[in-house]
Amino acid sequence: MEPLTWTGSLSGLNFIFYIVLLLLVLTIVAQLLFSLVPSGGARAVGADGTLADDQGVSGLINLVISWLFYAIIALVLIYLVGGIILGTGAGIFGGMARQMLPVWIALIITFAVSITYKRKLGLYGKLFDSTVGMIGFGIVMFWVFTGVMGGVFDMLITHDSLSQASGMKNKLPGTPLRGAEEGEYAWYLLGGDNLARDVFSRLIKGSWVVVLIAPLATLFAFMVGITLGLPAGYYSGRLDTILSFLANLILAFPVILLFYLLVTPEIVLTGIPNYMAAVLFVFPVIFFAVLLNSRYYTQPHIRTPLLIVVLGGLLWAYLSLITNDGFIVKNDDVTVYGIPAMIDWIPMPPEILVVFVSVVFVNSPTVFRIVRGLALDIKTRDYVAAAQTRGEGPWYIMLWEILPNARGPLIVDFCLRIGYTTILLGTLGFFGLGLESESPDWGSTINAGRRLLSLYPHAAIAPALSLLSLVLGLNLLADGLREESLRD
Amino acid sequence: MGIFILRRLGVMLLTALCLTFIVFWLTNLYPNLEKLAKNQGNFRMSDEAVTSYLGDRGYLQPMPVKFGQWLGVLPGWVTEREEGKTFGRCFDSDTPVDERPNRCGVLQGDWGTSTVFKDEVGSTVATRLALTGKLMLCVLLLMVPSALIVGVLAGMREGSKLDRSLSTFSIATTATPEYVSGVIFIAVLASSQFGISPILAEWGWIDGKTLFLGSATSAMADANFWNFFLPVLTISLYGMGYIARMTRASMTEVMTAQYIRTARLKGVKFSDIVLKHALRNALIAPFTVIMLQIPWLLNGVVIVETLFNYKGFGWLLVQAASNNDIELLLAVSVVSVVVVLVTQLISDIGYVFLNPRIRIS
Repeated sequence: MEPLTWTGSLSGLNFIFYIVLLLLVLTIVAQLLFSLVPSGGARAVGADGTLADDQGVSGLINLVISWLFYAIIALVLIYLVGGIILGTGAGIFGGMARQMLPVWIALIITFAVSITYKRKLGLYGKLFDSTVGMIGFGIVMFWVFTGVMGGVFDMLITHDSLSQASGMKNKLPGTPLRGAEEGEYAWYLLGGDNLARDVFSRLIKGSWVVVLIAPLATLFAFMVGITLGLPAGYYSGRLDTILSFLANLILAFPVILLFYLLVTPEIVLTGIPNYMAAVLFVFPVIFFAVLLNSRYYTQPHIRTPLLIVVLGGLLWAYLSLITNDGFIVKNDDVTVYGIPAMIDWIPMPPEILVVFVSVVFVNSPTVFRIVRGLALDIKTRDYVAAAQTRGEGPWYIMLWEILPNARGPLIVDFCLRIGYTTILLGTLGFFGLGLESESPDWGSTINAGRRLLSLYPHAAIAPALSLLSLVLGLNLLADGLREESLRD
Repeated sequence: MGIFILRRLGVMLLTALCLTFIVFWLTNLYPNLEKLAKNQGNFRMSDEAVTSYLGDRGYLQPMPVKFGQWLGVLPGWVTEREEGKTFGRCFDSDTPVDERPNRCGVLQGDWGTSTVFKDEVGSTVATRLALTGKLMLCVLLLMVPSALIVGVLAGMREGSKLDRSLSTFSIATTATPEYVSGVIFIAVLASSQFGISPILAEWGWIDGKTLFLGSATSAMADANFWNFFLPVLTISLYGMGYIARMTRASMTEVMTAQYIRTARLKGVKFSDIVLKHALRNALIAPFTVIMLQIPWLLNGVVIVETLFNYKGFGWLLVQAASNNDIELLLAVSVVSVVVVLVTQLISDIGYVFLNPRIRIS
């Protein structure tokens, strides 16, 4: 079989695509240059007193840019739809487009439903008023769907992410699989890596690791940061001094040194990450306990059953999370028993736990500082004074008066921080820390690919571009959210 | 002001002490020591051999004692072998008895010996730090002016097309970690098979095989544009976006101030408004950001030095950490913690000097 080209039978369009792209870049540059020159167009006053602005050269350029932009989008759509119809007939892009078909369908459904009901969906709905926010949301959801469908349900992928095929080592994108059997996908769409595994399938499997760990770790960091930051900002005084000193202590550590100290196998043997997990993961339990208790403690008949159910579930999850094979810590010196393996419903492999803990540990001081700053600002407001006069307890004021009013900046920072956590996970993988070396996550793949970078860059470029697009999407999403939340 | 600086210095000292103790504690845990003994001796050492190796070299003393010895406030350990040889932390068996110092630690200016490089820690760190200093200087020279220009251009007309394009550019750079941009740069600009180098070589525009060099090892002795620009660019790009966004925010705030409006109404030229009236006030906030960004660059330095094989301070950190070279690692962490704390102090003091409205009581 012939190796695939990038666009296959649609390559006739490539020339048009390049021309349009070149023109678009040129006009954008021209527009930027023109914006530095003051516009010469005079404003004419109409007979009815309205002002009409002469469009002039810059108006023309704007028009051309929007046409060229639509042309580019149309061409991309042709590549995409053509790829879905023709499959590998339309080259590597076509093959990938068809392979990703479930993701496209899920994206279209999400956008259609959200845009139809956007007025009823609060801040999430408002996101669909801003172009930047929509683009960001689209990119993020693309990776979320890819991660879930490819990682959990084994759809999308063309080959097993760990199996090696003979003769496919470092092969270029589009190389046909040597001796492909019936029912096997006949190409390595994005080529083979240095162990002759399919780069495309590893990319998709790896997106699940990122999509799973990054938001969860950020969520835990927020729980820790909020639970400690609110009292530090609200009470101030000595508590604030001590907590801030500790936060600054962690922040003064170079992140990579901290990772090297925490994630090496020798430290894992001593069980320190497990103790840290036990401490850090208890914060969500405390958070929800205080949250519900401060609200309902005047109505014991609601509070008691509610707390029993919620806390029971949370404690079970907490114990499952930190227990592995029936032990919380097990080494030569210390053995701490956890819950039995039967009721341990969250499988947490030790190496993932270590990565998770260190990322939460690095992120929480920054969240603490943000929450503390917000609490210091908001506690001087009148509604806090009103609540104090009503005789509400301090935790009620912190969690039900201050926290909801700090939600705007916190949501924006949450999006940004998921991106930052993704970068941190990639850094860990890049230094070969934590996750095992055959793990398909993007950082480890970049690390494996960088040794042969100048000869066979495709194995490292694919995950690098994916990571770039995901973080960029999260940043754009945060920007869109900030813009929309500032509007009310 | 004097009391403020003194208090900050006190907190700094306390922080540095706490942090070095944490590093000391983590590196001195028994599994780490066992790995060290096996690396230094041989990998098939029995448990007893490991214990006696570590015991002889003072590793099995209580943690605070060891830390005190490292600091130089407690006398160093001395081991007397049965065959009559005596050696200690501060001297080996050849040193004459009356020349043997009692204490040797950081306070005496002795940073110990690196087990990986078999050399004085002090001089090793100093050479590597000088190499990284060169890298950082180039990074700052590239990053700060370009970030300020981008930020000022974007912020002077909020919402304009120029602002949109430049803001998108800054968001894109903050979303590109060093290991991504470095990989892309090497593949596009420094690969003999891909990107633009093969085309340029075919046209005969470049002499060598590649346009830029993918490895900066040769830049350690003799840096030129072709072997040094890619690592510098890679670090600068990631830090640049953040500074540019902060400059833009500060510039837009200044441009809406009353005195700018007055100047415009009086008919001052727009370029004069930006350069003479707005710029000085708009650059106060970015100064703090730039200072606080320097510790962040350290992360970038570690990644880029590993990727481009430039044997500087970041490379040293990776070597020390992956081999559990305790005294080298401690020196490395002391240096990086001092960098963090000093830049924080400078940013606080500088802010007060730049902004006459703030006075510390």
